[in-house]
Amino acid sequence: MKITQLSVFLENKKGRLYGAAQVLGEAGIDIKALTIAESEEFGVLRMVVDKPQEGLKALKEKGFVASITDIVAVEVGDHPGGLADVLKIFNDHDINLEYMYAFVEKNADNAIVVFRFDDPDKAIAVLSKNNIRVLGKKEIESL
Amino acid sequence: MIFNEQAECLSRSGLGELQGKRLKELVGRVSACPGFYREKLAASGISTGSISSIEDIRKLPFTSKDDLREQYPFKMFSKKIGQIRELHVTSGTTGNPIVVGYSQEDIDLWAEVIARSLCCAGALPGDMIQVAYGYGLFTGGLGLHYGSLKLGLTVIPCSSGQTKRQLKILHDFKPRILACTPSYALYMAETAREMGISAAEDGWEIGIFGAEPWSQAMRKEIEQRWGMSAIDIYGLSEIIGPGVACECHYKKGLHIAADVFYPEVIDPKTLQPLAPGYPGELVLTPLTKTGMPLLRYRTRDIVSIDYSVCKCGRSSPRISKVLGRTDDMIVVRGINIFPSQIEEVLLAIEGTEPHYQLVVDRGRNGLDSLEVLVELKDSFFSDEIKYLQNFENRIAKEIESVLSVGVKVRLVEPKSIQRSEGKSKRIIDKRNI
Repeated sequence: MKITQLSVFLENKKGRLYGAAQVLGEAGIDIKALTIAESEEFGVLRMVVDKPQEGLKALKEKGFVASITDIVAVEVGDHPGGLADVLKIFNDHDINLEYMYAFVEKNADNAIVVFRFDDPDKAIAVLSKNNIRVLGKKEIESL
Repeated sequence: MIFNEQAECLSRSGLGELQGKRLKELVGRVSACPGFYREKLAASGISTGSISSIEDIRKLPFTSKDDLREQYPFKMFSKKIGQIRELHVTSGTTGNPIVVGYSQEDIDLWAEVIARSLCCAGALPGDMIQVAYGYGLFTGGLGLHYGSLKLGLTVIPCSSGQTKRQLKILHDFKPRILACTPSYALYMAETAREMGISAAEDGWEIGIFGAEPWSQAMRKEIEQRWGMSAIDIYGLSEIIGPGVACECHYKKGLHIAADVFYPEVIDPKTLQPLAPGYPGELVLTPLTKTGMPLLRYRTRDIVSIDYSVCKCGRSSPRISKVLGRTDDMIVVRGINIFPSQIEEVLLAIEGTEPHYQLVVDRGRNGLDSLEVLVELKDSFFSDEIKYLQNFENRIAKEIESVLSVGVKVRLVEPKSIQRSEGKSKRIIDKRNI
């Protein structure tokens, strides 16, 4: 139940984020969620998109350095303490979380958060055991 | 004071005669000893009989840095290693570094030419000198040390670094003379200001600066900040180290010790000699060295030469400040750097031809910085920032271990480094030198 994240390397200079977004737009790729991580000199744009393989191809053709990674999308109760409940499970099971970010859109009354783990399969197993709903590729595409 | 009036004030014809005699002896010496030059000279039919004046030097073959590298470590020496008193090692482009060997006569010669340089700069026996060039395999520290002893100075062998201690010594001992790289002199001025040391009151009177190119603008800045006279000294390890040439207080070119280092200025393409005043590649022949003799060594430094007698009374010809290089070598904080050294490191890490660019800049504190831009390849990309930062650090560490100079590595997007004729432009030097 892993989903695919598309990541792009961006130099910290004018117009680069615009350039990447433009390539995806022209290729008809819909961005569902995104976050940017940055160092002093460069950034990494991470996205959940409807067609990650096509997005990857389009970006590479235009000379961007990009890659895809497995991440896990999880339904989190949209109420105070909802995120903490899920994070507690990772904490209790010693699951190492690299980073996370949230969708703007909701799934019914629940928020959607994506997590990047060094061991996504273990994380999914633990989440399922604790009755936390993990979203599949189809569900993400149809959001 | 002129240290060796007999050698430094020779008439033009007297100098030529001495050079011719010494060249003949040099050809005799290298022909008598098995190795690199004997074979080379024999192959082109040259013997002492071929040399009747210094002009005949044009019959002799040139020697390049590559020749020296290929003879690593000791094959250029004309004496057995047991008769070599000192070894120095200089950075090379790729593979082996260059090893230079000094016989006792060569060390004496080195002390002599540095003593001449120190006098030329205005030093007098009894003065105190702070030597802030690195002591070690680099020739700066020990060269200035030997020459200072020869002239009868009091030497403080500080070596480079530990700037606050250097400045405490300056404040407490009040040495008259400083010897270091020009950028380090500026760096020390900045530190002195932070420490509340008055440069004008405590400062050295004379600074002898070399091992890296520097401009007249930089001279002015050093002289203003320290209230000193800043003198340019020139040399290279292959020839002897510092002391090949040095300015006098008129600062109208560097007096070259032409009685022992025969200078030619050639067109680097046609290899033909250029008339005095025209800039070209400096070619040097150390006429009297015995440990590692060299014939017509191509320095790759671009200078012009002036044979007129100087107002200081010395008739030794003067070379201009180094105007440029015929290769892509750059000097950062006194260290010679070739882009190919960085290319090798990147090639070893990435496994394919790297696209990179070196950006050299001089900070407000006078210290040079070297930034290496590396185009990121797909196979080294990660969605995790820490991985990319580790990758940058790994490249920086490997480069530092090769160059012995700190660098900052910055990953950039593919194709973002400007290319000319398919090849990346390797060096951006923002220092205005």
